[in-house]
Amino acid sequence: MRTDIPTSTLLEMQRRMTRIRRFEERAAKMVKRGLIPGTVHTSIGQEAQVVGSCMALDDDDYMTGNHRSHGHPIGKGSPLGPLMAELVGKATGVCRGKGGSLHLADFSVGSLGESGIVGSSIPIATGSAFASKLLGRPRVSLAFFGDGAANQGVLYEAMNMAGVWKLPAIFLCENNQYALSTPAHTVTSGNIFERAAGFDIPGVRVDDGQDVIAVYDAVKTAADRARAGEGPSLVEVMTYRFNEHSEGLRIDNYRDKEQISEWLSRDPLDRLAGHLRDRGITDEQLKQLDAEVMEEVDRAVEFANESPYPEPSVAFEDLYTDEVTAV
Amino acid sequence: MSIMSYLGAIGAAQREAMEADERVVIVGEDVEANVYGTTGGGKSRSSEGDFLQMFGRNRIRNTPISEEGIVGIAAGAAMTGLRPIVDLSYSSFLYMAMDQFVNQVAKNRYMFGGQASMPVVFRSAMFYGLNTGAHHSDRPYPMFMNVPGLKIIAPASPEDAKGLLRAAIDSDDPVLAFEAVKLWGLKGEVGDEPFRIPLGVARTVKEGTDVTLVAISGSVPDACAAADRLGEEGVSVEVIDPRTLVPLDTAAILTSVAKTGRLVVVEPAHRTCGAAAEISALVAEEVFDALKAPIVRLTAPDMQIPFSPSLEQQMYPTRDGIAAALRRVTGLKPA
Ligand SMILES: Cc1ncc(C[n+]2csc(CCOP(=O)(O)OP(=O)(O)O)c2C)c(N)n1
Ligand SMILES: [Mg+2]
Repeated sequence: MRTDIPTSTLLEMQRRMTRIRRFEERAAKMVKRGLIPGTVHTSIGQEAQVVGSCMALDDDDYMTGNHRSHGHPIGKGSPLGPLMAELVGKATGVCRGKGGSLHLADFSVGSLGESGIVGSSIPIATGSAFASKLLGRPRVSLAFFGDGAANQGVLYEAMNMAGVWKLPAIFLCENNQYALSTPAHTVTSGNIFERAAGFDIPGVRVDDGQDVIAVYDAVKTAADRARAGEGPSLVEVMTYRFNEHSEGLRIDNYRDKEQISEWLSRDPLDRLAGHLRDRGITDEQLKQLDAEVMEEVDRAVEFANESPYPEPSVAFEDLYTDEVTAV
Repeated sequence: MSIMSYLGAIGAAQREAMEADERVVIVGEDVEANVYGTTGGGKSRSSEGDFLQMFGRNRIRNTPISEEGIVGIAAGAAMTGLRPIVDLSYSSFLYMAMDQFVNQVAKNRYMFGGQASMPVVFRSAMFYGLNTGAHHSDRPYPMFMNVPGLKIIAPASPEDAKGLLRAAIDSDDPVLAFEAVKLWGLKGEVGDEPFRIPLGVARTVKEGTDVTLVAISGSVPDACAAADRLGEEGVSVEVIDPRTLVPLDTAAILTSVAKTGRLVVVEPAHRTCGAAAEISALVAEEVFDALKAPIVRLTAPDMQIPFSPSLEQQMYPTRDGIAAALRRVTGLKPA
C-alpha cells in the first residue's frame, strides 16, 4: 500500500465511491417504484475504477461516458441534486430533463456527456483533446468505455489519430467482463490493452480494478504523460458490476453464483475502508462519512422531488445555438 | 468585385475565416496538398496563397481515412473551443460517419440541455453526372434534412458559395455544405471583401409571374436556362434557389407560389422523401387554394446511378425536361 497519497485524498476517494453507491442504490429503488422513468444502468461494484480514474484527472480535464455513467460526473465532483433531478426528468436536471440517465452531462466538471450509443462518444473525448492541443491548454481528455465498446471500430480510428497527433487523451476501458449478457472473452480476440501496441502507445491493464489506488496510479501515469505532451494511453481496468446490466432486468443466467459472490467479497468500498483503518481512521469516522453521504442523497432526492417538471415548450429548445432565422 | 469560380469562392471564404479567427481549422483527407483546390491559391503546394504555408500544419491538417473518427473528433473539438471546417471530399463518404452525424453532432446540444455548442462545418462534394459510378455520385442532402439539429446549405453560385460558407463558419451550429461538382467551375462576380449571406434566406434568381420554379444546387443553371427559353415563348418564370435547405426559407417559396399559382420543383436527389417532396408538401398544405395546376417534381428516379455516360445522362433533370414541365403546368403545347 502506497504511503504518498495523503489520507485526505483517500478519504475523498471513499466519499465519492460512497456517493456513487448510495446514489445508485437509491436510484435503483426509485426505478422499482416507478419514480424514475426509462432505463438505468448502475456502476455499483465498479466504484473504484470510476473514482480512481476521475480523481487522477484535474478539475477542468474533460471526459465522456457511456450508458453506465452516473458515476463519472459524481466521481468528478458533480453535486448530486441536479443529477438526481435529471434522472427523474425535472426542469432542474443537469440537462433540463432532456437527457435522463442515458445522457447525463455536467460541463461544469468537464463531463462532456454520456452516449447511449456504445462507443460513439470516444471520438468526442478525442476531439476535445485535439482542441486542447491546438489551443495550447494543459487539459487531458478521458474516454470511458466498456469491454463491449472495445470492439467498435471507431475506437481504433480515434486511437490512431490520438497516437499520430500525440493528443492528450486517455482511453479507459472499464472491463466488467460482460457486454450485457455476452462474456467479453467470447467476442474479443486477444487482450484489449495489448491493442495499444499496434498504435505505438502505452497500454496497461489494472488487474485489480477493485483497488481504487491501483486505478488512480495507472490513470495518473497516463494523465501526466498526456499533459507532458507525450500522447495518449490505453488503460484497461478489470472490474465487475454487482447489479444486473440495467435495473429491472432479471436475466442473470450468464454469470455463475460463485463468480458473483467472489467479486462481492472484494467490494471496493470495503477495500479502501481497510486501508483507511490502517491509516488510523476509526470506524466511527467511516460511519460518519457514510451518514453524511446518505444525507446528501436524501437532499438530492428531495431536490428532485420538489423541482417542477419542465414546461412543454422546453422540448422545443436547445436544438440550435443561433437564433434560427427560418421563416 | 472580381470574377471568381465557385471553387475559388470557397477557398476565399475559408482563407478569410482562418485569417479572422485562430479557432478555425481545416481537417480532412488530402487538404494539405490542396488536392481538391479549396485550400490554396493555386494548384500546387508552393504557390502563393497556399494554406499550409499561411496557416501551418496545426490549422490545416491531413487526416487518415477515418470518416467516423474525423467527424466525431471535429464534433468534440467544436464542443470545446475550436471551429473546425471538415473537408469530407465526396458526399458519399458521409455515410461512413452516419452515427457521429446523427447521434453526436445533431443531438449533443439538445440532449445536454444546451450545455454544448457545435460550431463545425462539414463540406462535401456531390460528384454526380461525372461518370463516377454508384459509389461516388450521391446527392444525399435530403437524408440529412431529416435529422433535426443539422443545418444544410447547397449554394449554386460563386457569390453564394462564398457568403453562405462564411456564414456557416460563423454559425455556432453544425452546418453541412453540399457542393455540386458540376458547379465548381462556374464563374461569377464575387465581392472581394468578406461578406456573409444569412442561412435561411432564399435567392430569387429571376422574377416572374406565371410559374414558380424552385431549383436546388446543380439544377439551378438548368432551371435558369429553361426559364429563359420559356420567356421566349411568352411565359414568365420565377426561379427561386432556396440556397439553405435547413432552415428553409418557406416564406419566399409560399409567397411566390401564392403569386404565380404554379409550382415546379427541380433537384438532382432521389424522388422519395427528397427536398422537392418536402417543398411540394409544404406548398400543398399552405397555399393550396392559390394553385392553378398540379405541382410537378423533377428529380432523379429512385434508382442507383449507372456508370456508362450513355446510361447516366438520363438520370437527372435536364433543361429540356424542365422546360417541358413548365409548358405543361402553364398550359402551353409541347415545343
Ligand atoms: C451501438 C450500440 N449497439 C448496441 C447497444 C445495446 N447495448 C447497450 S449497452 C450494451 C452492452 C455494452 O457493454 P459494455 O460496453 O461492456 O458496457 P457495460 O454495459 O458492460 O458497462 C449493449 C449491447 C447500444 N446501446 N449501442
Ligand atoms: Mg462490459
